[in-house]
Amino acid sequence: MTKAELAYEETVDCVQCGYCLPACPTYLTMEKETHSPRGRINLVKMAAEGKITYSELEGPINLCLGCRACEVVCPTNVQYGTILESAKEVLRENQKRTSTFQAFIFENVLPNQTYMLAARASLSVYQQFGMQKIARATKALQWLPENVRSFESILPKTDKRTRRKKYSPEQEPIFKVGFFTGCVMDVMFSEINKKSIKLLQAAGCEVTVIKEQTCCGALQNHAGESNITKELARKNIAAFEKYDFDYIVNSIGGCGAMLVEYDRLFTDEEDWKKRAHEFVRKTVDISVILTQLKLPFQKEISKVVTYQPSCHLSNVQKRVEEPVNLLTSIPGIQYIPLPHKELCCGSAGIYNIVNYDASMQILDKKMGHVNQLTLRPEIMVATNPGCHLQLKLGVVREGLGEQMKVVHLVELLAEACALESDAKI
Amino acid sequence: MALIEYLNSVQKIISDSKRVLTEKVDLYSYSFDASFGKYLPDLVVQPKSVQEVAELMKLANRYEIPIYPRGQGTSLSGGPLPVKGGIVLDLSQWDTKLDIDAEDMVAVVSPGVLTADINHAAMEKGFIYPPDPSSSNVSTIGGNLAENSGGPRGLKYGVTKDYVIGLEVVTPEGEIIRTGGRTVKNVTGYDLTKLMVGSEGTLGIITEAILRLYPKPQATRTLMAIFDDIVDSGKAITSILGSGILPSKLEMMDNASIRAVEAYEPLGLPVEAEALILIELDGHPAAIDDEITQVHDVCTAADAKEVKVAQDDKEASGLWKARKLVSPAIVREKPTKISEDATVPRSKIPEMFQRLKEIKERYEIDLVVFGHAGDGNLHPNIIADKRNQEEMRRVEQAVEEIFKAAIELGGTLSGEHGIGTLKAPFMEMELGEVGLDMMKRIKQSWDPKNILNPGKIFAEPGQKLVLTDD
Ligand SMILES: Cc1cc2nc3c(=O)[nH]c(=O)nc-3n(C[C@H](O)[C@H](O)[C@H](O)COP(=O)(O)OP(=O)(O)OC[C@H]3O[C@@H](n4cnc5c(N)ncnc54)[C@H](O)[C@@H]3O)c2cc1C
Ligand code: SF4
Ligand code: SF4
Ligand code: SF4
Repeated sequence: MTKAELAYEETVDCVQCGYCLPACPTYLTMEKETHSPRGRINLVKMAAEGKITYSELEGPINLCLGCRACEVVCPTNVQYGTILESAKEVLRENQKRTSTFQAFIFENVLPNQTYMLAARASLSVYQQFGMQKIARATKALQWLPENVRSFESILPKTDKRTRRKKYSPEQEPIFKVGFFTGCVMDVMFSEINKKSIKLLQAAGCEVTVIKEQTCCGALQNHAGESNITKELARKNIAAFEKYDFDYIVNSIGGCGAMLVEYDRLFTDEEDWKKRAHEFVRKTVDISVILTQLKLPFQKEISKVVTYQPSCHLSNVQKRVEEPVNLLTSIPGIQYIPLPHKELCCGSAGIYNIVNYDASMQILDKKMGHVNQLTLRPEIMVATNPGCHLQLKLGVVREGLGEQMKVVHLVELLAEACALESDAKI
Repeated sequence: MALIEYLNSVQKIISDSKRVLTEKVDLYSYSFDASFGKYLPDLVVQPKSVQEVAELMKLANRYEIPIYPRGQGTSLSGGPLPVKGGIVLDLSQWDTKLDIDAEDMVAVVSPGVLTADINHAAMEKGFIYPPDPSSSNVSTIGGNLAENSGGPRGLKYGVTKDYVIGLEVVTPEGEIIRTGGRTVKNVTGYDLTKLMVGSEGTLGIITEAILRLYPKPQATRTLMAIFDDIVDSGKAITSILGSGILPSKLEMMDNASIRAVEAYEPLGLPVEAEALILIELDGHPAAIDDEITQVHDVCTAADAKEVKVAQDDKEASGLWKARKLVSPAIVREKPTKISEDATVPRSKIPEMFQRLKEIKERYEIDLVVFGHAGDGNLHPNIIADKRNQEEMRRVEQAVEEIFKAAIELGGTLSGEHGIGTLKAPFMEMELGEVGLDMMKRIKQSWDPKNILNPGKIFAEPGQKLVLTDD
């Protein structure tokens, strides 16, 4: 294991122009440069130069959402993602394993299919367990009650996980697709995975769910656990390359973002880098495939709809147009763009659990933008389970529970294509 | 120690402890701007009312602690750097007021309001706020006023100073004054409003501003003309302006910037061309349709190799994309961009180009020229790597030469970025000894204890141009 190092060279690329400030949700809510991209980059640089200590660096880094909105607006192409990951990794190494529980979850619970299978039986228990332990690990018990209650009330009904098999279209398949289920998604939102598969199938794809796949590694990576992340990446790459897929498709903005950056994990392992590159080339969000194909729409959805993009879909996967194009292609839809939709909703992996207060401030800002709309949307569309849950919580916090539904884009498409589903939209 | 006593008193003035920052990570986060150098303040305070600012200023006078006003730290000349420690007054969070008065055609704003937000609010009521520095999505109006910022629209509409008609200011001794008012015409006494504008936070802290608005033009048209010879492009510019047409924007890109953009993102630009100009006209649709034809003909007559007229807004933003990509494109090879804004009279543009070319060759530097050609505010940008000490020395010499060239051609050190720390050593070269002394006397009488933004505009004995961070 090589020793983690701060990405100093990357920090030098920052010309401190400040263009990223208005794009950063934490700068807007925390109101100081310390919690801005420019501030954080400078602090990483200062830490690398030994001017501040790692523990001083920790606060600003931990409060970063990793939404990478700063990267997209940067006129000089500063690689903030790389800088942030390097900082997390270094901090993790220096933490001396204070939060061993978090490590346990990341190493064992998330990638472990059996555990996840057991978890689906009682999701809310799992949630509570997970949060409580993480809470204890981060010594932040005081916020626990509100936090857990908040999320519990909005968790989806759990269902059976996606079954492992091949789903063929009626005609000769246009694309052969390997479907990436994601671990948490598959437990919490298996309905969305199922609908994704049905949509792909209805649009003419042959979809295979392979059982060798594992967790994408995003949460572990956000926590600076680069070795575990790499291990998971290797497993996924090895699993998918055995098949002859045209595309590897997922419908989770966050997972997808991790998957499309697999090649960046292997900077000094040529062979893996090549294999990762091939994997990345094939990996796309479901919206990308569906916009290329024809969906068999069956009915109109005469609703006012707005969309909160997943940051990881927009800023890392760089897919901004596709979800909107799909959404507006639904017959009957009245789409109204959400002002400041580029701002993260504050979900960001487990950010809303470990940094609950900070996350709620960001969410309240987001809901403020929703309230600015002249027409009240009846449906708010998400493209990532994290956003999905967070927005649901936002709707509840605003007391709009009855008037506004939060759905995954896939659910809305499936409804319009009259693909059978249990829940009506 | 004075500072600790001061801190206690500060905490009494600013009741919200979140707005008094003392942690090391916070101090480091306010130690820089978009230019060079890093200076740690002792304290950062984020005031949100004129009373708070006035009391802080009085205290600073009592304890003789320097105060450094700061907007969003996008200054390219070192304006907000706390070069002598003390207190950074972060005014960027004070953005409470943004009132558009349609009847008086003015906007009344708090110092931390972002420039672009003023324009957006004005547009909703059928007006524009014309000054448009490229940094307008980030920069605060306080910073714009202090630097007298301008942008592409300056050619037709002027710069910040042409739009401010009234200010609320806290003096360096902590008194609150109002200058000007809500009327365009006002000749009562000295024009303190204009004195404040461009004073770089050395004469007072702006706590509120009254800004003129302008009726929103009905339509805009865009044209791009490509030239094989840079001198021809200069002639075209002169002929256009001479024919009675005043474009709302007139920007140029030289061969180096065209190549850089094309390498960064292929847009189909002519990489052999020596220069291209981009022109935007605004006004009544019928009038600008007529004018755009005239501009087209003038460019053709000036031997433009190609002239493209955008047929709709989408095509227009396609043409402007080239200009937008210059910044990211030129820093691809090396990270440090020294963005100069020495400005010459319009007639001297071709000569300035010649001088820049010589300087580029003499010091073997990567020099790119693009910018607001219409008003002589060229932006010679030097691309370097600040880790390369030897290169930076050459760059420093080249920058000095650029300043000299501009002044010799009857121009100025800075068209819009300000003097700050960066250009202070060259002030006398442009103003002469007496001119500079008159300015010093103004500073002395406003701020006898030299509390407000000390170390700026006026060079310390022996101060030199420095373009490194250490
Ligand atoms: C990429 C880039 C592009 C730019 N493009 C342009 C351009 O096109 N045109 C242009 O003119 N400039 C440009 N600038 C320079 C800069 O954006 C402007 O000078 C801007 O006005 C600074 O605003 P700010 O809020 O960041 O102020 P700061 O940089 O924080 O401060 C600037 C100066 O104003 C003083 N100050 C700030 N607020 C107050 C106040 N309320 N009262 C008194 N003094 C105050 C500070 O002490 C300092 O001296 C650019 C900068 C960058 C990084
Ligand atoms: S936009 Fe890019 S270069 Fe500018 S301050 Fe932010 S990270 Fe640095
Ligand atoms: S990743 Fe998001 S939260 Fe973090 S600095 Fe960038 S914009 Fe801010
Ligand atoms: S991002 Fe996807 S695969 Fe990764 S931890 Fe989350 S759900 Fe699991």
